[in-house]
Amino acid sequence: MVIWVILLAMTAAAVMAVLWPLSRHYAVTRQADPDTQFYREQIAEIDRDQARGVLLPSEAEAAKAEAARRLLRATGPHHGHFAAVGEPALRRRRAASTLALSIIPILALATYEIYGSPQMLSGPPAAQMPQQAGNVDLMTAVAQIESHLAKNPQDGRGWEVIAPVYMRMGRIDDAVKAYGAAVRYLPPDADRFASYGEALVLAKDGLVSGEAQQAFEQAVKLDAASPRARFYLARAAVQDGQIEKAKAAYAELLSTSPADAPWVGAVQQELASLGAPQAATGPAGEPRIGPEAIAGMVAGLASRLEAQGGTAEEWARLMRSYAVLGQRDKAMAAARRAREALAQDNAALKTIDTMAQELKLTDAQP
Amino acid sequence: MLVEAGHFALALALGLSLIQFVVPLWGARANDPVLMAVAPTSALAVLACIAFSFLALTFAYVNSDFSVLNVVQNSHSAKPLIYKISGVWGNHEGSMLLWVLILALFGGVVALARNSIPMRLQANTLAVQASITIAFLLFILTTSNPFTRVIPALPEGQDLNPLLQDPGLAIHPPLLYIGYVGFSISFAFACAALIDGRIDAVWARIVRPWTLGAWAFLTLGIAMGSYWAYYELGWGGWWFWDPVENASLMPWLAGTALMHSTVVMEKRDALKVWTILLAILTFSLSLLGTFLVRSGVLTSVHSFAVDPERGTFILGILILFIGGSLALFAWRAPMLKQGGLFAPVSREGALVLNNLFLATACATVFIGTLYPLALEVLTGEKISVGAPFFNFTFLPLIVPLLLLLPLGQTLAWKRGNFLGTAQRLYAVFGIALLATLAMLAFQHGGPVAAPLGIGLGIYLVLGSINEIVTRSWSRGAPLPVAWRKARGLPRSAWGTSIAHAGVGLTVIGIAATAWGVEAIGSLRPGERLGAGDYEVRLEQVTPRIEANYREDVAVLTVLGAGRELGTIETMKRLYVTRGMPTTEAGILTTGLGQVYASIGEVQADGSIGMRLYHKPLVLLIWIGSLVMAAGGTLSLTDRRLRIGAPARAKVAPPVAVPAE
Repeated sequence: MVIWVILLAMTAAAVMAVLWPLSRHYAVTRQADPDTQFYREQIAEIDRDQARGVLLPSEAEAAKAEAARRLLRATGPHHGHFAAVGEPALRRRRAASTLALSIIPILALATYEIYGSPQMLSGPPAAQMPQQAGNVDLMTAVAQIESHLAKNPQDGRGWEVIAPVYMRMGRIDDAVKAYGAAVRYLPPDADRFASYGEALVLAKDGLVSGEAQQAFEQAVKLDAASPRARFYLARAAVQDGQIEKAKAAYAELLSTSPADAPWVGAVQQELASLGAPQAATGPAGEPRIGPEAIAGMVAGLASRLEAQGGTAEEWARLMRSYAVLGQRDKAMAAARRAREALAQDNAALKTIDTMAQELKLTDAQP
Repeated sequence: MLVEAGHFALALALGLSLIQFVVPLWGARANDPVLMAVAPTSALAVLACIAFSFLALTFAYVNSDFSVLNVVQNSHSAKPLIYKISGVWGNHEGSMLLWVLILALFGGVVALARNSIPMRLQANTLAVQASITIAFLLFILTTSNPFTRVIPALPEGQDLNPLLQDPGLAIHPPLLYIGYVGFSISFAFACAALIDGRIDAVWARIVRPWTLGAWAFLTLGIAMGSYWAYYELGWGGWWFWDPVENASLMPWLAGTALMHSTVVMEKRDALKVWTILLAILTFSLSLLGTFLVRSGVLTSVHSFAVDPERGTFILGILILFIGGSLALFAWRAPMLKQGGLFAPVSREGALVLNNLFLATACATVFIGTLYPLALEVLTGEKISVGAPFFNFTFLPLIVPLLLLLPLGQTLAWKRGNFLGTAQRLYAVFGIALLATLAMLAFQHGGPVAAPLGIGLGIYLVLGSINEIVTRSWSRGAPLPVAWRKARGLPRSAWGTSIAHAGVGLTVIGIAATAWGVEAIGSLRPGERLGAGDYEVRLEQVTPRIEANYREDVAVLTVLGAGRELGTIETMKRLYVTRGMPTTEAGILTTGLGQVYASIGEVQADGSIGMRLYHKPLVLLIWIGSLVMAAGGTLSLTDRRLRIGAPARAKVAPPVAVPAE
């Protein structure tokens, strides 16, 4: 209720700002005619300047003559006298007052009614709202945890909570950092290591990097049965070209899993694809793209880079794609071609070398 | 509750502005002083309403009231207080509110200056000003409302764009807006003069301080923005010919021309129609700048097409005001009385030349900025117009202007003696030439542009000093007399010389960038990287965690000539909430130059990428701008009447040309 009184008072004050000048008697002598005053002052200024020696007498005279000419022009036929009294003036005042009295409140209230939130006026003060908000949506929850973690970066449990949320939101790099922190600050746990490794794999478009492999190895050490870790370790073997070892690992995983385990399908597909060299599937849960489609995309990238050249990142991506497909000789060939194409660019060569190291294409080093 | 009252105040300001528009205009037509007297009080009431509204929004930011959508989108409770406040204008809605606040502020000041402005002029001016306020208030209320609520309130905000969390950008927009919007007053005065059909030296005297003030603020705002880009974006560049920068440069160029033509008008009653046109164009360019920056047309023409509401609205405002004022100009300008006469070689003539050069330079920037947009709209083809275009078009226009500057400053009013003037500058020109030659001789195969540019800068600075000296000292006069005379010179004369010297300093700073050296390398702790005479040694890279970001800090020791000069820190920050990285450059100032280091990627093996620059004399670019603004302010404080003492014709008067 108080607020309406305030709004009303504000409106009244605004209207008064217009009515006040309309209600006053106009003092005719309020202002000397500023035009003539200006030139008179100018002439006086010229005299002062001459007295101080800034202007030479001849200059002063010329300037004065000019100012005087303009003064004459300004005081000439004066245009119009102020019309502040009489019947028409009174009518004008009344019309203007009515205008102010109607337009200001109506326009203000109508605008506020359309765009404002008058319901907030009667509701509880904004400061109490957060506690009442029952359905805090995902974004807000994330923001809340983030601000908590910014203050307590060593809270491993917080990192562990937010990491899968990041994964679902597609913020893979953040998920990697979050899992990394969780692994660092919490006691070792097979599942945690496996999740960390999986995030690392996703962050590298499906490549099992050295770092990821270490995480999976940790997981297997803690729990030899961890299916996720074993799955990715088998995949790492495919990447390294150890096809037989990979087949054995997949087969073992399959034989120790219950038939209705969610990963069975993925493992069977991997196994099947190992018959042909261009085997690749996304990790469980990812939308699957057929191996042929991937091979086609990689071939497209390769022919484009071969024909038109490309950036170091594109070459690195090609190398990684071949490695993921288990085609190590092609990956090495790509590294060689990249080094030839980018020979002039030291930074680019560094990128290629880093990628080669990561993919363990060591014999491809020059 | 306060937020809602602020929202209501904004709606109230809309109603008041409508009255401020209609009633005084009517009063001026009917010549009724009572109706005209409504203008100042309603202008002050509008100011009070908008100021209250702005304070309410600021209050919501400071208290992290996350029931306000705008606060949710641009603030975070962990943000330092200064960025909570600067967050108010660090976003579209809030910055538009700041825009109208400044507009109302200027209206309020005009309202208070009632005794120095003729009543009809004041009434018409405030009415025109009110029409701008109405347009922008409607824009804010309907399409960009900062007071929109979210119900129920959210517990945490999404933080301010990290690039904007910087002291430089906290004060950059207010400065720039005071400049932009300040020209609205010149514009309103020009329209008022056209409506009233009369314009004279009185008008020029009233308008001059507004133009000067707006110009000084715009100068500061642009310099601030440029310095921010220099240290925040990590490229070491200070001007990118980016459309956003050009959007502020165009009103600056037009405003500079306006400032000079107003002087001619006040002193000599000449160049009236041109001055009016410039006043209109300057503010039109300010509006265009607002449109470019605020409509999203720059990010992509297509994003503008996808969400056309705001862009179309501003485009409508643009067409209404530019078209309306130009139509008014075309209709009324021929009725204005022509003013004083002058010879082609005279101070007036020089200022006309100045205006021509500045207007043409402004046109090249205009084309370079808008052509790519027009092309993209018409053909969908994306081109980028960058530094090469502007170097080829803008520089050839500015260099002759700068060469003529000291000459024009020395010429007499009405009719000047070119040879006599040139003689007074022989010494200045000689010294600058010698300095250039000396630099060319001493540098070994360096860029030619640097000595030439620095020579030009020296010529400008000396020319300004020469102006003061020759006006106060004649051969053989004792020093105390000269000193007394120099102190007796009007402050506007000092202001002119100081501002022109500032131009010279900026030119020196810009030219010296050609001497800058750059090095890129990858460093491990203990390793060194050298650029020119300076070297940095990487001491360590440490992570650090602050309230709303975490960062990797590279600590570098700067070495020059084998000595340790100091340590600098350059950081790679990650703002947690937005997941957005920024780079903070480490800068060590040595004299007027700077050693500038910017951290690159942190590699897995502990080495970091590093860009290192040494930029000699680079600070002069911004010091020069500060000096320019100071000169403008000094001139602004000179409330004496200005007298342009015309030189008498000696024998036969040269053929005088009409002013316009």
